[in-house]
Amino acid sequence: MSRLLGLYAAAAFAFLHLPLLVLAVFSFNESRFTVWTGFSLKWFDAAFRDAQLAEATWNSLLIAFAATLASTIIGTLCAYGLWKRSSRAVSGTLYLSLVTPEIVMGVSLLAFFQWLFRYVGMHLGMHTVIAAHTMFCIAYVVIVVSARLRSMDASLEEAALDLGATEWTTFRRVTLPLIFPAVAAAGLLAFTISFDDYVITSMVAGVDSETLPMVVYALARRGANPVVNAISTLIVVGLGVLIAVSSKLQETR
Amino acid sequence: MDRLRRAFLAPGVVTLSLLFVAPLAIILLYSFQSRGVYGGVAPEFTGDNYSRIADGLYGAIFLRTFVLAGVATVGCLLLGFPLALFISRAGKRRNLYLQLVMLPFWSSFLVRTYAWMVLLRDTGLINTALTGLGLIREPLPLLYNDGAVFVGLVYGYLPFVVLPLYATLERLDKSLTEAAADLGASPWQTLIRVIVPLCAPGFRAAAVLVFIPCLGAYLTPDLLGGGKTVMAGNLIQNQFTTARDWPFGSAVALVLMLLSLVLLVVWMRTQSEDAL
Amino acid sequence: MPAVLELRRVSKHFASHAAVDDVSLSVETGAFYGLLGPSGCGKTTTLRMIAGFESATSGDVLLDGARINHLRPYQRPVSTVFQNYALFPHLTARGNVEFGLRQARTAADEMARRVGEVFDLVHLSGKEDRYPHQLSGGERQRVALARSLVLRPKLLLLDEPLSALDPNLRKQVRAELKALQRQVGITFVFVTHDQEEALSLSDEIAVMHAGRLEQAGSPEDLYVRPCTRFVASFLGEVNWVHGIGVRPESTHISRVAPGNGARLVRGTVERSTFLGNRLHIAARTESGETVVTEVARPDAGFHPGEQVYLWWQPQDELAGLR
Repeated sequence: MSRLLGLYAAAAFAFLHLPLLVLAVFSFNESRFTVWTGFSLKWFDAAFRDAQLAEATWNSLLIAFAATLASTIIGTLCAYGLWKRSSRAVSGTLYLSLVTPEIVMGVSLLAFFQWLFRYVGMHLGMHTVIAAHTMFCIAYVVIVVSARLRSMDASLEEAALDLGATEWTTFRRVTLPLIFPAVAAAGLLAFTISFDDYVITSMVAGVDSETLPMVVYALARRGANPVVNAISTLIVVGLGVLIAVSSKLQETR
Repeated sequence: MDRLRRAFLAPGVVTLSLLFVAPLAIILLYSFQSRGVYGGVAPEFTGDNYSRIADGLYGAIFLRTFVLAGVATVGCLLLGFPLALFISRAGKRRNLYLQLVMLPFWSSFLVRTYAWMVLLRDTGLINTALTGLGLIREPLPLLYNDGAVFVGLVYGYLPFVVLPLYATLERLDKSLTEAAADLGASPWQTLIRVIVPLCAPGFRAAAVLVFIPCLGAYLTPDLLGGGKTVMAGNLIQNQFTTARDWPFGSAVALVLMLLSLVLLVVWMRTQSEDAL
Repeated sequence: MPAVLELRRVSKHFASHAAVDDVSLSVETGAFYGLLGPSGCGKTTTLRMIAGFESATSGDVLLDGARINHLRPYQRPVSTVFQNYALFPHLTARGNVEFGLRQARTAADEMARRVGEVFDLVHLSGKEDRYPHQLSGGERQRVALARSLVLRPKLLLLDEPLSALDPNLRKQVRAELKALQRQVGITFVFVTHDQEEALSLSDEIAVMHAGRLEQAGSPEDLYVRPCTRFVASFLGEVNWVHGIGVRPESTHISRVAPGNGARLVRGTVERSTFLGNRLHIAARTESGETVVTEVARPDAGFHPGEQVYLWWQPQDELAGLR
């Protein structure tokens, strides 16, 4: 039976990885059709030359950096506050934000922003996307940082208080340094989630704030496009590296 | 001391209130109003939107959403359990396999969905390969239908079941399987009569964990189903863009949200510990 | 000498029970004071109230006569050595010891001097740049002590100081702790459940039970003149015969009745254990109570089943027990 299981596992792993591998391979395909005619970097070249793609990538990076910074700080503080004493209201709301379908979050944010803009003269743009991204990343940050806090020795904080440090100083000089790898891991995770987001972004982005996923989506919808293959490969590799580093940081020594 | 703790929670609470709770409150409000003349929102309150959902056309969409999500969940469980079983028996390589399972999941959902378009379309890899091998003459319509959405959902969320199922298998008392073997059960019988029943709670938890995102799926049916497979998520998006009926879209969104909330509560009951 | 620490009718109530109930005690300056009791008796909670990690529900905690109930731990001139030492893993031994001095914004040269002195004091010079995980259990304890002592607190609190150490290290560390305290002259208050530890280390002991203070006094006072049955049986062993308590070392055994005005009972030897330099005999009285006694001569040869007399002098009885 274990041989059968092994064979099955191989097939399952193939199922999980082949689609992306195929995509990666064909991004190096000379022909634009799904017949292999030779190795070529021309699609990558086309991708790099495309002005719209360049701007979209830049937007995505900017948004991801801003949202990561904001959500990591807010999420870490939140995780710490919850660790000191739990709040079912806050934890419950965070869980809810994870479980809410993206489309629901997207339309509700759209409705909220449009309502807000009736009173404050603003439009949808980069800032609304950043705000939205910050929101949905917080729960992930809280999860990662909370996991690390749970395994921390509470008496270390008491020792710091005992030696003359106030609560804030204790957090800064003792707790934060000790949980820092988890905070960094949470940041990388948030970056990945933000960079890749399509659904929510599409609802709250303005005309000047097109992101890379939005461009990819539009191209994919239109039909077969080898440039999309190339971009996709780059995205997957880039984000994959970030996630790999993030999970390494979350390992407990 | 409590003041400080509140200070730590404050930024999170403000962000959640402003960017999560308030938006939901607004669409809750809209869901009880109706579409204005120019596509805006008329101020009178009505329960019409919700009763519309129950009627034929939209009811069918919800039904289809449930069915697709349900079938995808079953598919994930069936495909995921043997994989979880394999990993739990893999000894030293366990963590490596787990990482291999999770890696695609964390890369890019958009790209992973697009990858299936490349595989399934008329000029895609599968059709090209089958035609090239002489097995078919006309390309098979693999894309833009329920089947493609099903494949996309299972592919998208399979890693989501493997982890909890693996955790359940790990927690199993090994001596029970040894006892079964000792009493004469073959590996197959041990699996069916001992392991699977003992994993039942894990199955329930994993099922709910996958069913929720499948229920709220938007991108997968949108890209892989063409315009033909409409799930609740697509309906909502449509109402907020093309159809410009925000109140109705809000009502559908809230129903979907409520379903997800109920399922979340169910899932939390299956857990003995909190993650947050 | 005046009391550096005083607890006046201190109580700590939690939702379900009173962990500390109306405890009053006073600790003299320069003493080595022990809080002794079984687990759950409230001794650790009391220690934490002195340190400031718990606040008393009622009563006063006074340091040098001033009420400190409202002060946070970092405002109290009191330092704690935790049971697991709580050394900061991301700092070296030196970093740990400097922590409190940095908080107090001590000048660099004074800091270096005091750190050097305290490392000498605990015999850890040369290991300042090691991280906690590179030190042995005993060394980590010494870093924890140094970290607290360098701040020259009025009071040093120790939570089960010997429990985390290897059993064969304990006697040695006990002696070192006693010598250290004498040397620095700071008042030490420690918590333990081990009566031997309490008896050998303390100048004064407070025995606690179910949140209440049973008795406080010198080790000799508590052992020779216990006020309650609990204290009598917690510190050392007691033979209870017809409600009267006698220590095994005051209980004698013989085959013939002694005539010297001793009180006696008859009993049957149950078992006799050879312990090298002495014989440990347990005998059962007619009323079913077990009496334990020690005999210095191992070849006295009392065998199970023998009828014997167990006797003691009236003045050796533990009297007036509540």
